[in-house]
Amino acid sequence: MDPTERAGLETFAKEIRKLAIGMIGEYGVGHIGGAMSIADVLAVLYGKRLKADARNPRSPGRDRLVLSKGHAGPALYAALAAKGFFPMEWLTTLNQGGTMLPSHCDRNRTPGIDMTTGSLGQGLSAACGIATALRLDGNPATVFAIIGDGESDEGQNWEAAMFAAHRKLSNIVAFTDFNNAQIDGTTEEILGLGSLSSKWAAFGWNAVDVDGHDVGAIDAAIEKAKASKDKPSMIVMHTVKGKGCSFCEGQVGSHNMPVTREMAAEAIAKLGA
Amino acid sequence: MEAIKEMRAVYAETLVRLGAADSNIVVLEADLMKATGTGLFAKAYPDRAINAGVAEANMVSIAAGMSTEGKIPFAATFACFASRRAFDQFFVSGNYARLNVKLVGTDPGVCAAANGGTHMPFEDLTLMRAIPGLVIVEPSDPVSLEALVEQAASYKGCVYLRLQRKAAPARYAAGERFEFGKAKVLRQGTDAVIVALGALMVGEALKAAELLSAEGWDVAVIDALSLKPLDEKLVLEWAAKTGKLVTCENHQKRGALGSAVAEALAESGTTCRFARIGVDDQFGEVGTQDWLAERFHLTAPHIAAAVKNLH
Repeated sequence: MDPTERAGLETFAKEIRKLAIGMIGEYGVGHIGGAMSIADVLAVLYGKRLKADARNPRSPGRDRLVLSKGHAGPALYAALAAKGFFPMEWLTTLNQGGTMLPSHCDRNRTPGIDMTTGSLGQGLSAACGIATALRLDGNPATVFAIIGDGESDEGQNWEAAMFAAHRKLSNIVAFTDFNNAQIDGTTEEILGLGSLSSKWAAFGWNAVDVDGHDVGAIDAAIEKAKASKDKPSMIVMHTVKGKGCSFCEGQVGSHNMPVTREMAAEAIAKLGA
Repeated sequence: MEAIKEMRAVYAETLVRLGAADSNIVVLEADLMKATGTGLFAKAYPDRAINAGVAEANMVSIAAGMSTEGKIPFAATFACFASRRAFDQFFVSGNYARLNVKLVGTDPGVCAAANGGTHMPFEDLTLMRAIPGLVIVEPSDPVSLEALVEQAASYKGCVYLRLQRKAAPARYAAGERFEFGKAKVLRQGTDAVIVALGALMVGEALKAAELLSAEGWDVAVIDALSLKPLDEKLVLEWAAKTGKLVTCENHQKRGALGSAVAEALAESGTTCRFARIGVDDQFGEVGTQDWLAERFHLTAPHIAAAVKNLH
């Protein structure tokens, strides 16, 4: 990746972080840790790799995204708002009664959301369904999916893993946000995941480990995954919970935490322009 | 009236027919394609028949994902798994997401027979009834099955169709029209009305009406067909007209047909005597369907006795 492109995507990732921190600070509490850890992949997707049209969010030719870790909605809303899917002013309505931006992704409320998620473990299966339907329609679009590491405890992910490999759904490019933290502790403390990439490879997927905060590495992994002809791909992103947010970076307890406007303003200032 | 016909054959043949006209219709199974009979569909449209393996939760979420792309998925498995195993997937990925999943639960209640208590759904309707806006139907014969599958395919939204796979006699003439939320009066009567749901119980209700007729009772029978929405107007009209109402379901008494009718009666202030035939807070067990129907007091003599007790 050339330095200019890298700088552009890094700036976009920073913008996603600042907007997400701002909207959570406005509400007072939210899933900040897991929103921060996926900011870089969202920047690569919405800044480069994911074909989408903000004026026509359901256009058949678009790439799909299932954010299976639906609680990270605020990060995705930041990316979508920045890309013009809806007005920036919506961001301050997060979780307010009647909002179009609920804590967990809702395909019926938010332009640009392809699948309703929030009950962990179901998104990758839905992505399998979307990918299967696209195949039937001869539609070459890619289905991106992002699952969490804690979410990987849900057995349904592994049912979907078998299904996608069995049906050679190479149009699925999935990511695991491996930030090592879930609600009650580190993933190793709660339910050890071992080598996630080995598990996915054993299930018949292309599986790679990348630095989930390196936009160039993420981009290269997506490019390679999209070239796959007969296997779905899992990009295991090694990330830091709360990455880039001064008051919670690296903190296991940042899954869902109180955030005051002052905390948010300070963290946004520290991220810089 | 047509002769007795295997219900699963009607289900599969109907999907094959509808699938010819609409390439969006797809079938999903969880390693029970042989039981459901949809191998016929797989033969006709191999690309549109998806076997998810023994993974019902995954199957239902896949169906939901497919429906985001305009597919019309008919996903089937035993009713116990369709409801208990895949409930959250159907609830969130299907219904809450306002998608278009047709979930078919086969072998309802005592029809699970020798598969026994683990496979015997006496609670699927209670669970499903709690899902906002869900359409729940249980056809009583091959004619209503074909019509309701066809309506499910054209309806935009989730549907739970409870399907007895075994043969059932036709109760309606070919071409009879059915719609969600509408019950049918199968037999007129003035002394009491029996409201029954599903092929087994409609059959038992009609037999009970015959038994009662021999004793001088003139009893009406309503085929409920649609649990949600329930045809409250028709049921209340007959409750008021006869003053005695008995509900019959191949299911536990709590939370399904009997409860829905009781709620309608109470809230409308309709005065009538009322009893429920159904499983009384018990788990299933093994046995032949006939033995189990007797074991759980679902048969015609028990229905007739319940009617006579309403004094």
